[in-house]
Amino acid sequence: MTGGRRRREGENLGLVAPAEPRPELMVWEALNIALDRALARDEAVFIVGEDVGLYGGSYRVTQGLYARYGEWRVRDTPISENSFTGLGVGAALVGARPVVEIMTVNFALLALDAIVNMAAKLRYMSGGQLAVPLVVRAPGGVARQLAAQHSQRLEHMFLNVPGLRIVVPGTPQDAYWQLTQAIEADDPVVVLEHELLYFEKGSFDPDAPPPPMHAAAVRRPGRDVTLIAWHRMVKVCLEAAGALAAEGIEAEVIDLRSLRPLDLPRLVDSVRRTHRAVVVEEDCRFAGAGAEVAAALTEAAFFELDGPVARVAGEDVPTPYNAALEAASIPDAGRVASAVRRLLGRAAGGPAATQSPSEQTGAQP
Amino acid sequence: MRRDLIRQFLYDMLLARLFEQAAAEQYLQGRIGGFLHLYPGEEAVAVGTLRAADPGDYVVSTYREHVHALVRGTPPEAVMAELFGKATGCSRGYGGSMHLFDAERRFLGGYAIVGETFPVAIGVAYWLRLNEEPDVVLCYFGDGAVNQGTFHESLNMAALWKLPVLFVCENNRYQIGTEIHRHSAVPEVWRRACAYGMEGRRVDGMDVLAVHEATREALRHVREGKGPFLLECETYRFRGHSMADSGAYRSALEVAELRARDPLEGLRRRALAEGWLGEGEVAELERRARKAVQAAVRFAEQSPPPTELHRDVYAQPLDVYAPEIPARRAAP
Repeated sequence: MTGGRRRREGENLGLVAPAEPRPELMVWEALNIALDRALARDEAVFIVGEDVGLYGGSYRVTQGLYARYGEWRVRDTPISENSFTGLGVGAALVGARPVVEIMTVNFALLALDAIVNMAAKLRYMSGGQLAVPLVVRAPGGVARQLAAQHSQRLEHMFLNVPGLRIVVPGTPQDAYWQLTQAIEADDPVVVLEHELLYFEKGSFDPDAPPPPMHAAAVRRPGRDVTLIAWHRMVKVCLEAAGALAAEGIEAEVIDLRSLRPLDLPRLVDSVRRTHRAVVVEEDCRFAGAGAEVAAALTEAAFFELDGPVARVAGEDVPTPYNAALEAASIPDAGRVASAVRRLLGRAAGGPAATQSPSEQTGAQP
Repeated sequence: MRRDLIRQFLYDMLLARLFEQAAAEQYLQGRIGGFLHLYPGEEAVAVGTLRAADPGDYVVSTYREHVHALVRGTPPEAVMAELFGKATGCSRGYGGSMHLFDAERRFLGGYAIVGETFPVAIGVAYWLRLNEEPDVVLCYFGDGAVNQGTFHESLNMAALWKLPVLFVCENNRYQIGTEIHRHSAVPEVWRRACAYGMEGRRVDGMDVLAVHEATREALRHVREGKGPFLLECETYRFRGHSMADSGAYRSALEVAELRARDPLEGLRRRALAEGWLGEGEVAELERRARKAVQAAVRFAEQSPPPTELHRDVYAQPLDVYAPEIPARRAAP
């Protein structure tokens, strides 16, 4: 709308952190490189959030950027989530590409007006006159004994909002690719990050061509059952798939990467081969994102399925502080494996699996 | 010069008054749906403030914003067509009365959740400041908005970073049916500016000349980079909060007292008494405004409705279940 947004491709490249292929990198470092490159490449990009500047970000994601780009482009804010997220909306309307960091997704509940009532709706309500190229980054998930208010998975809060895109990167490569794509997108994108994945290592090549932002990825191919997950639950599924392989069960593991839009064709493809599916999610079972995935897959592939799409999900409780209870409140590999065995009509083979109450009452084939 | 300004103010206020009367009539005939919040009584605020602004300045307004759009220059046809939900409306029929937008004239809406204009305004201002642009933002809100968290959050940030925002409080004393002394511990809104080290003042919002002069001074302060400014305009709405509101919570005496201070009649009387305008000129302005409103209604009636349900949800059409395939267009 204004001439304010100026791209200067390559002009500041001398400032960009070295980004040659590095075999191993942590998720937070990949996010940091994505932000660094975006700030250098595009003057429309600026970052706002609590402690993103001088402090360097609660999870180090913005480390070094304040010194490099100054306080106007890496802005420490007061504790005012709704207004600094709304500040991002307002700036986006006039040509900026703001990246808002909300320290944890739990605080995003204070910014829902800006995200849901404004960012998601302004293009539509204005008859297409306005665009909101805004990125909202928020770490969440169950971490280590942070108790109920700091251990939420709020995917479901954003999922039902037309106008938003929601991505859930879980690897360094995806973190880099998807944050870069989110910043370049002309829609508001909520980037949900998982607190326990920030210090996960993975292979990283910043110049590898990215798949589309919304594309799901097969992390392990298999023929007997499709395990569908995102964030940390992908690791849990891969662990379960390893155990099941020892029993002769080959599980395919799909990392959704994006929740809205949903790469349903990729899921249907997989189910055409495996005929069975389990959705594994860390969030509570009732009306979680997994419910939408299971329903959509059932509608799209009913005649390919040999049984109902099963769900393994978090218990319907606020997250407890006690470590043992906390672990019991979310899926682990044992529970995923036993759900697969039940779906396949196999007796428990490998390591003893614990059964949670909701699995007992949950989807039985 | 002054005569031109007076003529402009009087025309704007006549257009505003007649437009809103026509909107009420069309609403009662069922041609306008949803919520309809009308502006009679408050015209001096929109006219006095917006006529002091530059074309490059941005405007962020509330759900009682028809007149702000009109004064900003959005054609009455486009505003009325939007109220009718037509494709020729300024939001193509997707926004309605509470969500008028006119990007070309830097009119950024049209926000129907009380308190939303504050963060939007500071966001626009942040971007202007970052790019060292000369423009400023005019941010409108009612007295009911000042107890919303965003008021405090955003005024704090605006003052902290010296953002170029003029905060304009349209204090009509009522948040729907709750009078200001029943909703605010400090009913003088302008005094709240000091909590953020911000300049502020109060002006008679029933006097368009006073509002205009106060706005000019406030805008000078903002444009000079001295930080944001809080301008409280004391005004009154003659009708209910919306068409659904009979206004039973206000005494007939109070309404009569305020109607006696009608900003439109006040300006008309004064212009004639001071000899700024002649009877003939005033009658001509009224005739022009009436014609413009009639044309707007006719245009809205004759315009086609929008037909595409799925456009502009995203930048590109998107099927949330099949992102690779271009989204199907809505059946007509």
